[in-house]
Amino acid sequence: MSNNIVSRLKRKKIVDVVATGKRMDGRELLQYRDWEIKTNFIAKSEGSAEVKLGKTHVVVGVKIGIGHPFEDTPDAGVMMVNAEYTPVAHPTWEPGPPPKDAIELARVVDRGLRAAEIIDMDKLGLVSGVKVQMIFVDLYVLNYDGNLIDACSAGALAALTTAEAPKFKVSKKGEIEKTDKTEKLKLRAHPLAVTVCKIGDSLIVDPTYDEEEVKDGRITITVDENGNLNAIQKRGPVGFTLDEIKKCINIASEKAAEIRALVLAGE
Amino acid sequence: MSKTTKKKTTKRKTSKKKWARVDGRKPDELRPVHIESGVIPNADGSAYIEMGRNKIIAGVYGPREMHPKRFSKPNMGVLRCRYHMAPFSVDPRRSPAPSRRDQEISMVMTDAIEPALFLERYPRSVIDVFVEIIEADGGTRCASINAAAVALADAGIPMKDLVSSCAAGKYEGNLILDLGDYEDKKGESDVPVAYLPKNDQVTLLQMEGIMTQEETEKCIELAIEGCKQIYELQKEALKKKYGMVEDAEVTEEAPEEEEPVEEAEEE
Repeated sequence: MSNNIVSRLKRKKIVDVVATGKRMDGRELLQYRDWEIKTNFIAKSEGSAEVKLGKTHVVVGVKIGIGHPFEDTPDAGVMMVNAEYTPVAHPTWEPGPPPKDAIELARVVDRGLRAAEIIDMDKLGLVSGVKVQMIFVDLYVLNYDGNLIDACSAGALAALTTAEAPKFKVSKKGEIEKTDKTEKLKLRAHPLAVTVCKIGDSLIVDPTYDEEEVKDGRITITVDENGNLNAIQKRGPVGFTLDEIKKCINIASEKAAEIRALVLAGE
Repeated sequence: MSKTTKKKTTKRKTSKKKWARVDGRKPDELRPVHIESGVIPNADGSAYIEMGRNKIIAGVYGPREMHPKRFSKPNMGVLRCRYHMAPFSVDPRRSPAPSRRDQEISMVMTDAIEPALFLERYPRSVIDVFVEIIEADGGTRCASINAAAVALADAGIPMKDLVSSCAAGKYEGNLILDLGDYEDKKGESDVPVAYLPKNDQVTLLQMEGIMTQEETEKCIELAIEGCKQIYELQKEALKKKYGMVEDAEVTEEAPEEEEPVEEAEEE
């Protein structure tokens, strides 16, 4: 919390260092920590990815099953993104219902994937109005050291690109059978989220926990491989000028391309 | 029913060769907006807004003691916004329990309004802003922020500026202002923005859809223009209430010189 005295001292230190164009850990303002992405390592799930970004560590699991469609879209499959703040990940995190930030994390990652129309949901229908394929994307935070949105967004994309979706057979009676055959999910876009933080007058990417704690605000921008924007989310009790927003969008476009190369390299 | 109306629109489009919005508005035209302040006698401040068919009421309580106490801050006040939709505000009925969407909107609303307040003046206190959506017609979060800002001013809480909010988006390839429900659901993208006119700062920025970088930037600029129009309407609403009080109390001296809206411009 930025309201206690320790944080104010910390804030001053971090702001002073950032103002000189460097970071506490020696990085450049617009430099990510080292990424480590491993895919398909959970045999029981259709897709999985483990992402380490510095000390931030998340696991993303993709499960594909059968469920009921929504009333207004009887033939469309359903994708759900959920985020879990596990109590092992940080001393201040406790078991219990998801905190607001976890809800936001899931919703921002979800919005990026959904707005990019990453999967053609209309192709996932099985029995109209009764059964459709469900894709669950679970974001599991195992160690929290800042920048969860970017890490989870990269993890979700890595897990979805490598997922082996089961093929289902529908009999004339409408009975559904899971076959042994699998196929890769057909992704129509590869969106990635980049979060730009404002600390003092400087813009930085990939904040650590400390930097995140003292930041003034942040803008998360999700960009696909064609340079289109899919989602934006601004947080923090400060305003951004139009110029700052444009700068953030430029930074995000550039960084998203870099991360995409890493994510798709492991495919 | 909906199919036939769709056909009609395409026909009209080809015959006139001029694109028109679903409700016949110009691309940069707001829906009719009506704002009233001081509508809940028990609240310290309140406002009612109709923006298109959105019907939204906002009430402010505070600054007052924070309950539960552990959420209070020793050195500053806390702004707590609650966005809530009535079960009958949408079709089909929705559960009155706060959804994940409601919680996210409550968070971004708080972020949008907080930069306008002097929270450092209210240690250990809370300012509660409750927003109830009576009827939803697209763009409820923007309308809610507009109502909340007027309600805060009505409560006599010093503000750096009113917060004005409006969305822009892309529908059938055209950039448009203040999306209605239909345009919001069927359009390519939606960019809600909140803006502090005096500081020239954007305090709410979200986006969902597919747009190029250039289009997104244009959308934000368009939305800011919409915010500026709403700003005038918000001031009107406050003047209407406080103008009458002034008329009654101060008889012969020019009653319109003081604008209660601009209380506490500078510290």
